[in-house]
Amino acid sequence: MTHVIACIDGSDSAPAVCGYAAWASLSLDAPLTFLHVLDKRQYPTAANLSGNIGLGSREHLLDELATLDEQRGKLALEQGRIILAAAKEWAMAEGADAPESKQRHGDLLESLQELESEMRLLVIGLQGESSGGLSQHVGSQLESVIRVMRRPILVTPTNFRKPEHAMLAFDGSATTRKGVEMLASSPLLKGLPIHLVMIGPVSDESTKQLDWAQKILLNAGLTVRAEIRDGEIEPTLHAYQKEHGIDLLVMGAYGHSRIRQFLVGSTTTNMLRTATSPVLLLR
Amino acid sequence: MACAMLFCAIYCLEILMLHSLKQTWFSNIRGDLLAGIVVALALIPEAIAFSIIAGVDPKVGLYASFCIAVVIAFVGGRPGMISAATGAMALLMVTLVKDHGLEYLLAATLLCGVLQIGAGYLKLGSLMRFVSRSVVTGFVNALAILIFMAQLPELTNVTWHVYAMTAAGLGIIYLFPYVPRIGKLIPSPLVCIIALTAIAMTVGLDIRTVGDMGQLPDTLPIFLWPDVPLNFETLAIIFPYSAALAVVGLLESMMTATIIDDLTDTPSNKNRECKGQGVANIASGLLGGMAGCAMIGQSIINVKSGGRSRLSSLAAGVFLLLMVVFLGDWLKQIPMAALVAVMIMVSIGTFSWDSLRNLKKHPLSTNIVMVVTVVVVVATHNLAFGVLAGVLLAAMFFANKVGHYMDVSSSLDEGTEHRIYTVTGQVFFSSADKFVAAFDFKEALDKVTVDLSRAHFWDITAVAALDKVVIKFRREGTDVEVLGLNEASTTIVDRFGVHDKPDAIDQLMGH
Repeated sequence: MTHVIACIDGSDSAPAVCGYAAWASLSLDAPLTFLHVLDKRQYPTAANLSGNIGLGSREHLLDELATLDEQRGKLALEQGRIILAAAKEWAMAEGADAPESKQRHGDLLESLQELESEMRLLVIGLQGESSGGLSQHVGSQLESVIRVMRRPILVTPTNFRKPEHAMLAFDGSATTRKGVEMLASSPLLKGLPIHLVMIGPVSDESTKQLDWAQKILLNAGLTVRAEIRDGEIEPTLHAYQKEHGIDLLVMGAYGHSRIRQFLVGSTTTNMLRTATSPVLLLR
Repeated sequence: MACAMLFCAIYCLEILMLHSLKQTWFSNIRGDLLAGIVVALALIPEAIAFSIIAGVDPKVGLYASFCIAVVIAFVGGRPGMISAATGAMALLMVTLVKDHGLEYLLAATLLCGVLQIGAGYLKLGSLMRFVSRSVVTGFVNALAILIFMAQLPELTNVTWHVYAMTAAGLGIIYLFPYVPRIGKLIPSPLVCIIALTAIAMTVGLDIRTVGDMGQLPDTLPIFLWPDVPLNFETLAIIFPYSAALAVVGLLESMMTATIIDDLTDTPSNKNRECKGQGVANIASGLLGGMAGCAMIGQSIINVKSGGRSRLSSLAAGVFLLLMVVFLGDWLKQIPMAALVAVMIMVSIGTFSWDSLRNLKKHPLSTNIVMVVTVVVVVATHNLAFGVLAGVLLAAMFFANKVGHYMDVSSSLDEGTEHRIYTVTGQVFFSSADKFVAAFDFKEALDKVTVDLSRAHFWDITAVAALDKVVIKFRREGTDVEVLGLNEASTTIVDRFGVHDKPDAIDQLMGH
């Protein structure tokens, strides 16, 4: 529970991930580690559709595939080193203190799970290499990472801007109440004004809950501004965000079961898809 | 219907499990779909050929191949491996079909599935570690020989046209890929089948075609319970066949899984594969198909064509059924010579030619294991017997080798007529005789000390041998003292626990 771990690949998000990772590492006063995972399964497979097998096909196929993997592996290893070196440089320029770097073979999720015990905050780009610059697209591995990891995750857009205003979407549920407590105990957002926003009709109940949340954050020495707004959740949040120049969203992630999401879709995925600012997901 | 519901249930389970859904299904969609088509094209002739071996209508093998390929895509433990109706299994069914008919084959298929699921729950997949490399090679070679031999009936007592067609078919299969551009885009076995069918139809050759071999599927498979009496007699008939089918099916599946693990450099879940093979066979039996298992040749074709995930097996099964149901009339026209050519290709591709080259390099014991496996299989037409013979032989050779790691040295203290025997190394059934023979009972001595502190006693035979030595000395009037027996005999205990402690090796080597 000590390190800020930032996932880096060769995509456009990489510089932004470095920037946010450096910012988080400085705010939390935690050491920063860059992680690059070499996942062979992401490479395209070579295909020979001739469909025949002849003398020693099996042995030759093994040699062929091994040679191909070897060539790609060497290239990928070298490229990974360059990416990590560049990431370190970027992070140092942003003021991070002696970041470390790690390169692992295997799959992103497994590598992250191995590192989970030393992870305090995970920083990851909204889109990875395989997204190919499609807007409104959540990276292919991001959702499973968010689902499986039990640590806070900062999902970054493609451009870095130092966060000035944070917004916490609050609905009184157990997940968001826990989120409020986590924020209060963390040094990450010290010094940023936090906008506590609740969506729904104003009622005694909701005012009471909002007051509770505001008090907790104020006691922790944070600057808080609380507001209740009526309307549809996502558009209202986005409108508020625009009005107040919010550049960091804070929210709980994936409260519902997988089955429900399969049928009705998930608020978290939708928020990520439409967000233009970084999103801090509290687990 | 039941099948569809099963798929839905399994699919929902998959969704639950699923960070790996993307990885095991949709990581390589284009490659998997293309490979699926190539595999389906090669599966059709194989399924027909294997049905003919088993003595049933081609539709039994075709339904089986569809069903197994589709079900195993969901429940198997090795993504990218192709399972369907296979020659190894077909050969085991011949007498059952001949003596009792198709319904008993379907019942035996169901029971085989149940046994395989049981094997999966008992984690018998891990028993594969006792199957040495030379046994695997022998198995693969024997399989290739069996597939080739199964083609011989189509090549005996026929006109020269058949030989010419088969030779032309093989020529197309191996030469067409060298045609620039299209050579590597169109599967050459498909070109072979289409070309030979066209020739046979235009020239009007009077040679055997697939249509002559029995009924082809004209509908989607339907659910049917085998029409056999549910009594002990039925069980007595089918059980020996089911057991053999289950064992051979799992053996070939596990070996193929290992080959695909190596080719793709990814791990597989062998026990899940065992259960998956069982589920697939039950589904096949209920839809009127015969038992099957993983196919080495087809799985290699799949990997070569770029198939890597579960989607490739699903695609192969679905394309197979679509082609069979909608192209049935054309399928009937395919000359058997074209199928024979494809099957000879599969047999050539399955055979491990390196093993012949390696005969010179490898030690004699390894070669004997390999050759014995092949010979037993070819003689019995049952791969399970061959593997059993191979595994036993390999174990005996190993025991014999380790038995050499035992030495007894001695020194005499002349003043007191006291001899000290020091035993070093492994004492067990294979080395017990050598152990006893190392003592000189005829020497007149006052006292003998047997120092076992650098020896390991692995079984009761070793203890009995020590008892014999002690008694013999006592009968000669010699006092016997045994040192270090406790340390030496810790290895006899079945749950000899040192292997999971960090100092295991020190303890084994040190004392």
